[in-house]
Amino acid sequence: MSRRVVVTGLGATSPLGGDVSTTWTALLAGKSGVRSLTEDWAQTIPVHFAARVAVEPSEQMERVELRRLDRSEQFAIIASREAWKDAGAPEMDKERLGVVIASGIGGVTTLLDQYDILREKGARLVSPHTVPMLMPNGPAANVGLELQAKAGVHTPVSACASGAEAIGYAFEMISNNRADVVVSGGVEAAIHAMPMSGFAAMKALSTRNDDPARASRPYDLNRDGFVLGEGGGILVLEEYEHARARGAHIYCEIAGQGLTSDGYHIAAPDPDGAGVQRAIKFALRQAGISTKDIVHLNAHATSTPAGDVAEAHALHAALGSDAEHVAVSATKSMTGHLLGGAGALESVFIVKTLQDRLAPPTINIDDLDPAVTIDVVRNKPRALPAGDIAALNDSFGFGGHNVVLVFKSI
Amino acid sequence: MALAQADVLAGLKEIVEEVAGIPAASIEMDKNFTEDLEVDSLSMVEVVVAAEERFGVKIPDEAVTDLVTVGDAVNFIINAAK
Repeated sequence: MSRRVVVTGLGATSPLGGDVSTTWTALLAGKSGVRSLTEDWAQTIPVHFAARVAVEPSEQMERVELRRLDRSEQFAIIASREAWKDAGAPEMDKERLGVVIASGIGGVTTLLDQYDILREKGARLVSPHTVPMLMPNGPAANVGLELQAKAGVHTPVSACASGAEAIGYAFEMISNNRADVVVSGGVEAAIHAMPMSGFAAMKALSTRNDDPARASRPYDLNRDGFVLGEGGGILVLEEYEHARARGAHIYCEIAGQGLTSDGYHIAAPDPDGAGVQRAIKFALRQAGISTKDIVHLNAHATSTPAGDVAEAHALHAALGSDAEHVAVSATKSMTGHLLGGAGALESVFIVKTLQDRLAPPTINIDDLDPAVTIDVVRNKPRALPAGDIAALNDSFGFGGHNVVLVFKSI
Repeated sequence: MALAQADVLAGLKEIVEEVAGIPAASIEMDKNFTEDLEVDSLSMVEVVVAAEERFGVKIPDEAVTDLVTVGDAVNFIINAAK
């Protein structure tokens, strides 16, 4: 008998708030989390703004924890504590508890800060915590340690698809009977002169320095690149009968995932979007639903000139005439792009969307790109129908990774 | 330069509190770093490097394994500074 997977807990720390409820309220209100950076280095690189978390980890953690954890690990611990508490902190056999938390880049600020120390002060003063702080599996490992998870702790890495892929991996761990509960999601903490310079050199970042809050504008005709964000989202996934047996609050079901790769280019999207379409097809097939059942999609839509249109074409092709009743939200317009945290934070948003039956808005679209023929929710949230509904998350990463997750009301 | 035991202990207390988050009040000469204060091996490296900086002494890696209690570290630092 197949094992169904449900969501029983949510956690987040984002540019819009230090927890899920604050973030969600700000998202529905159409607020931007993008601001000018105040660090001195910001003026020395082409892009002077980003979407930092709204609440600094120093306000949410003990000082001694902070010094042993990379910022990405701090986000993972903060969001996982919230999610675990939200799930009712299940008393369970820890050999049936897993953790899958992704990061696109890992502890890059630790790596760079410690390299500065090495050059300026010598090897003796490089922190002994450096390696556990910079390793990309560090966020998952630290959460696994805190929860004493023993079914397996994993970290898929697929650039900006990592967070969604982690949730898909967790979904498989439960459906394949490796675990009953898995804490899953993604985090990123890469706001630093070096990675930002790298993205800027690719012309991937918006340079709208005079108007940061308006810089992330997916689907707008004058979009000029993505805005780097930081933070993360965590979902507690649980086997349906396990959740029912302990009387847990069940948000919704995760019913399927689709994973494909483009085989096209290291950074550019395949303009045909064939890989995206196949991922949607596979995800719907696994979920046992059709395009008619989908009422909402939280798009990858990063605000890059090429990416948004390629995705919109692929979505329209995959959904066909059913695209007419799919309310598409591009929440990166408010949160910026959390890279490896993006698919996870956006999955948190989908769960809240299904719960409240409200699709969040997309802000900053002054002139909708005429090449975008999907139904974008603009400026205000949109009510979704009652009854059984389904929603999709799609996430893509440099390297040609495509991940689609199917969420169903329950 | 001779160091007073009380000064070295006070300095070590500050370092251990900073590095490992252990309240200075609970740090005494007879406390065992790993068993009583739960200073793990990585944090012990930080304590040693910070103590070297603060007291201007050298604590070789091979000596660190013998620093079982806070008192061991205090006495090592006093002797090394002589």
